[in-house]
Amino acid sequence: MEQIAFFVGAIGALGGAIAVVSLKNPFYSVLALVIHLVFLAGIFLLLMAQFLAAALIVVYAGAVMVLYVFVAAYVGGIEEPKWDASPELRVIGPILAVALFVAIGVAVLGSGLSALGTPGPDDIPAGFGTPEAIGHLMLEDFLVAFEAASLLLLIAAVAAIVLAGRRREDRNKPARGEQA
Amino acid sequence: MDIEWFLILSALLFTIGFIGVLVRRNPVVILLCLELMLSAGALAFISFSRMLGNQDGQVFVLVVLVVAACEVVVGLGLVVAMFRRRLPLDVDEMKELKG
Repeated sequence: MEQIAFFVGAIGALGGAIAVVSLKNPFYSVLALVIHLVFLAGIFLLLMAQFLAAALIVVYAGAVMVLYVFVAAYVGGIEEPKWDASPELRVIGPILAVALFVAIGVAVLGSGLSALGTPGPDDIPAGFGTPEAIGHLMLEDFLVAFEAASLLLLIAAVAAIVLAGRRREDRNKPARGEQA
Repeated sequence: MDIEWFLILSALLFTIGFIGVLVRRNPVVILLCLELMLSAGALAFISFSRMLGNQDGQVFVLVVLVVAACEVVVGLGLVVAMFRRRLPLDVDEMKELKG
């Protein structure tokens, strides 16, 4: 049963990822990433990370992807011909990617970790991965990281307003689309 | 289900995102491929967290989600600013960092 769930989740997540890279229209790439994230949340559930699975759906597939959809719609669907990178990258890209995969595989499988080849320990605590346990960790052991994350979010919000906000000198010039 | 299946899946997802960052030219799609690589890293963190029976890795993933959200906000802000200034939305043509 667990194997079936894993392979369904893995095929869905891989299919979504390949679709993100290969679809021509960025709008469809965003929707493919939503599919990828939903299947990935299922895999998180298999690894007993209930809270993170819920957070991934709510924060990522819900909020962040809405931002992407709005921007993809705002800048318009610029279709890009398939496999249209510069000639050097078309050759070097796949070679580098295969080398990266081999390197990660060797690093993980050759690491000699004693838990490789097992499903992990059975005697994990009862509340593993629940919001309660993660909340205790965040607000007790990792309080500095929690506060740093909130500060980072504030800085990013200010940066978005500075970058994307309309400036005063821009108002005199016609915006894109009004002239052409 | 053995842990290395999850780690191999994470490596595959990371590789697919890496190919996307290299070969795509639209900045929005490149940001999406960065999201793919970050989510592959999150999957590896959660696998190791399950493998060690220790929940610290899950807190790391939560911080990764926050950092990814910040990256998206700044990246999409840049895309909107590029669009407003009528620059081409193509990273091959963005060769100079002048405003």
